[in-house]
Amino acid sequence: MSEPRIILSSVDVMNDGMDQPEVERQLSVTERLWNHAALRKTVILIALAIIWELYARHLDNSLLFPTLSDTLKALFDHLADGSLLERVWTSVKVLLIGYAIGIVLAGLLTAIAINTRIGTDLLETLTAMFNPLPAIALLPLALIWFGLGAASLVFVLVHSVLWAVALNTHAGFLSVSPTLRMVGRNYGLRGLPYVLRILVPAAFPSILTGLKVAWAFAWRTLIAAELVFGVASGKGGLGWFIYESRTVLDIPAVFAGLLTVIVIGLAVENLGFRLIERRTVRMWGVQS
Amino acid sequence: MAEPLLDVDRVTLRYKTPQSLVTATHRVKFRVERSDRYVLLGPSGCGKSTLLKAVGGYLSPGEGTIRINGKKVEGPGADRMMVFQEFDQLLPWKTVAENVAFPLRVARKLSKAEANERARAYIDKVNLTKFADSYTHTLSGGMKQRVAIARGMAMEPDILLMDEPFAALDALTRRRMQDELLQLWEDTRFTVLFVTHSIAEAIRIGSRILLLSPHPGRVKAEIEDVASVAGDSARAGELEKTIDNLLFATDAPDVEEVPA
Repeated sequence: MSEPRIILSSVDVMNDGMDQPEVERQLSVTERLWNHAALRKTVILIALAIIWELYARHLDNSLLFPTLSDTLKALFDHLADGSLLERVWTSVKVLLIGYAIGIVLAGLLTAIAINTRIGTDLLETLTAMFNPLPAIALLPLALIWFGLGAASLVFVLVHSVLWAVALNTHAGFLSVSPTLRMVGRNYGLRGLPYVLRILVPAAFPSILTGLKVAWAFAWRTLIAAELVFGVASGKGGLGWFIYESRTVLDIPAVFAGLLTVIVIGLAVENLGFRLIERRTVRMWGVQS
Repeated sequence: MAEPLLDVDRVTLRYKTPQSLVTATHRVKFRVERSDRYVLLGPSGCGKSTLLKAVGGYLSPGEGTIRINGKKVEGPGADRMMVFQEFDQLLPWKTVAENVAFPLRVARKLSKAEANERARAYIDKVNLTKFADSYTHTLSGGMKQRVAIARGMAMEPDILLMDEPFAALDALTRRRMQDELLQLWEDTRFTVLFVTHSIAEAIRIGSRILLLSPHPGRVKAEIEDVASVAGDSARAGELEKTIDNLLFATDAPDVEEVPA
């Protein structure tokens, strides 16, 4: 009967005749810089800006397509005299009111839905009906109900926020693992404390997605709604600023307005939501 | 006779699937005394996990009663802390220390300082001192299970309910965790009800073993004084073989396990 044999590697076989093999190598500076998504995106932005400027100069028609420099000049002029900031604030104020009301209503609706079966049916039916309905389509109706003013805007904003948040929150609650639910009940948590201390944090990635989607919906809806009737609310918002500038053929200002819409959207996404993500779902390792 | 800590009296458990009503256990009867390491052992389909969940209060028996300290079990509660098999039983939005302290705050109503102090003490006990402030996703499977055990023990419950807590671990880690659990038991002599399908694990962990036969789960035998074979691998091996025969040999030919 043969015995198992152990054949140890000699030193030069392991090292392949060379010195210690390379275990770790520092990446070069360019490689490391290129690993930053922010840097890569900045490069793209600069490239787009250069293309814009060159094409607009080539076209040489500021009524159709102003150059980037004209647009930026218009932007700074309107920022300097405070008119643009005032418009932005008018828009953002209405937006925040609508967003907040929408979130509260969505919270109530999902709280009912998670606790009762009829509530679930109610939520599912309502979201199925209203989610596909563009908020802007409700505007004529809102104008009759609430008149020409901020109330109508808030109404359509609530509509655009409510269903996105409710749908995502509810889906998030449903996907909380049975084990975590059992853990929560093991602690004797019931009713609202159970929802707030177990379900909400466990479903937070979905809730955050809902909030992000709702923010984008709301922002688009608001600008579109203002383009239609922003003047009636006395002081128009950003959408009205774009519309007004078009009527007086101040096309660089139209572009400046559009640029502001984009910048605010990006800022909220990248500073606001990204920050929340980093402090929550990424820190918890539930989303990469 | 003094009242047992846990009295499971002729408990029949049924659960519904969309197609049928399944009987998980049929008139199962056993008693757990204080400081027992009581193991429910049986092949899959013997209803041992269902039984543990019923003791946890997540299911109510169709027949029979479950009493803890003479009080009927009506629902989940912090007097019976569960340790699950799944690694996702920790709250990912809390650090290790917060995970252990959280139930102390909400169920035991301890002050923040007291809860923290006790949580850290139990984290020390399971050798995770260095990871007390880490979020749970940075831990390995074995470490997560240790946190769950620390969380259960920190509550100082009447009974600790463990549902195959080491089943998802690799063999080496499982072995070490079993030793650690026994060491912890030596320190505090807590009562534990432990579910497993591994005969070897049952013999290592248990002081008493309840053997269950499947479809539906019924009590086949009860083994006392299991700890007397501890450290004697020959006698433990013999016991393992005997249990194996009891569970499988007699009805192996006609009861073929049907894969689900």
